[in-house]
Amino acid sequence: MNSIDATIAEKGLMSSEMGSERTLYPYVTGTSVIGIKYKDGILMAADMGGSYGSTLRYKSVERLKPIGKHSLIGASGEISDFQEILRYLDELILYDNMWDDGNSLGPKEVHNYLTRVMYNRRNKFNPLWNSLVLGGVKNGQKYLGTVSMIGVHFEDNHIATGFGNHLARPILRKEWHENLSFEDGVKLLEKCMRVLLYRDRSAVNKLQIAKITEEGVTISQPYSLKTFWGFSAFQNPTKGAEGSW
Amino acid sequence: MDLNLDAPHSMGTTIVGVTYDGGVVLGADSRTSTGMYVANRASDKITQLTDNVYLCRSGSAADSQVVSDYVRYFLHQHTIQSGQPATVKVAANLIRLLSYNNKNMLQTGLIVGGWDKYEGGKIYGVPLGGTILEQPFTIGGSGSSYLYGFFDQTWKEGMSKEEAEKLVVKAVSLAIARDGASGGVVRTVIINSEGVTRNFYPGDTLPLWHEELEPQNSLLDILSSTSPEPMST
Repeated sequence: MNSIDATIAEKGLMSSEMGSERTLYPYVTGTSVIGIKYKDGILMAADMGGSYGSTLRYKSVERLKPIGKHSLIGASGEISDFQEILRYLDELILYDNMWDDGNSLGPKEVHNYLTRVMYNRRNKFNPLWNSLVLGGVKNGQKYLGTVSMIGVHFEDNHIATGFGNHLARPILRKEWHENLSFEDGVKLLEKCMRVLLYRDRSAVNKLQIAKITEEGVTISQPYSLKTFWGFSAFQNPTKGAEGSW
Repeated sequence: MDLNLDAPHSMGTTIVGVTYDGGVVLGADSRTSTGMYVANRASDKITQLTDNVYLCRSGSAADSQVVSDYVRYFLHQHTIQSGQPATVKVAANLIRLLSYNNKNMLQTGLIVGGWDKYEGGKIYGVPLGGTILEQPFTIGGSGSSYLYGFFDQTWKEGMSKEEAEKLVVKAVSLAIARDGASGGVVRTVIINSEGVTRNFYPGDTLPLWHEELEPQNSLLDILSSTSPEPMST
């Protein structure tokens, strides 16, 4: 291909984006997901918001879903890509069940599969625009991990995506401990979600908390958190300093 | 002010889809613009996919037309092969497939609405990017920005067919009042077990909103009506 053709071809590619297949930017997005290990398994929380840029467009998006018998996935980022990931996982679990050999994919395996998918898409410059939290229990072993849109993955006792990284993690680092009871775990997650509600513009006050134990998955019905505005400093913040905020 | 007649045809648009007890009502405005020029003031943005499933189109006129053409073709084949009318869910998922897999090239937000014997009346929103969300009602297009508050306040479950259509017409008409990219007439399509009804509401049948005046034939009529002499018939 001589140089003239190359530039014309390049220009064609640039203007219509036909040659390169790349997800340029997300449209409908979910915000933070938080996950913690507790005494009996994993607890995860996420709100039900689907933002469209700065508009809080959808308020009933389920961002926590069960996967197979042993895992739970939570996603932030582009919702259409999350829906596609759920289809991939559905197929993965189906093929696993078809072996009918008494074995089933545990959370560690599902996490690994997702890592490969996300990293390979990143290498092709066509990422799935999500940050995923994968938690589960198999044979008494608790597992909690995360994968980002560029394939960065790790496991930990507590995980947070998006704004949660900045706001929830410091709280979790201080207050998480081994063998949290269910009640303490839920309270801890709610403390983090409340902070996110105050300080994350894309948070909506409608959330779900999911629990996974050896017995199975339970995802709560949607509910809202009470917020506190009764600080005296909030009443008249600009008194004596008119024009300030 | 540059008209830019070479700008791609965009439908600006206000589109609405609402479920009611027994079916769905789809609504849309009728303005198609090329830059600042109104290329078509009486477009039909509610397109038929099958006898029982219709599609509201917004965004790029070309992209939404070609997607709807492909899906109509696929659904036709699907109906022949299965021997019964396609479900709304199938139609919506076909729309999603095209929207998602071509997300880099397409710029169209779609609302799929219809009635089938398994699930009754259903509305599916497929915004930019190819997310699919089943909802009791949904809004789309540039004019929808002005309707979020309206629906938050006015929407309720279990409306009758008449209430639902009134709501849709009111909503589209309010959006037309404030969105420059929406205008013309309000078209509605009602789909239920009995079939499909198309309605047409030209501007003069719509209520007047803030700072809008009753349309007149001429200033001369106004002047003559304020004079003390009665008009001869």
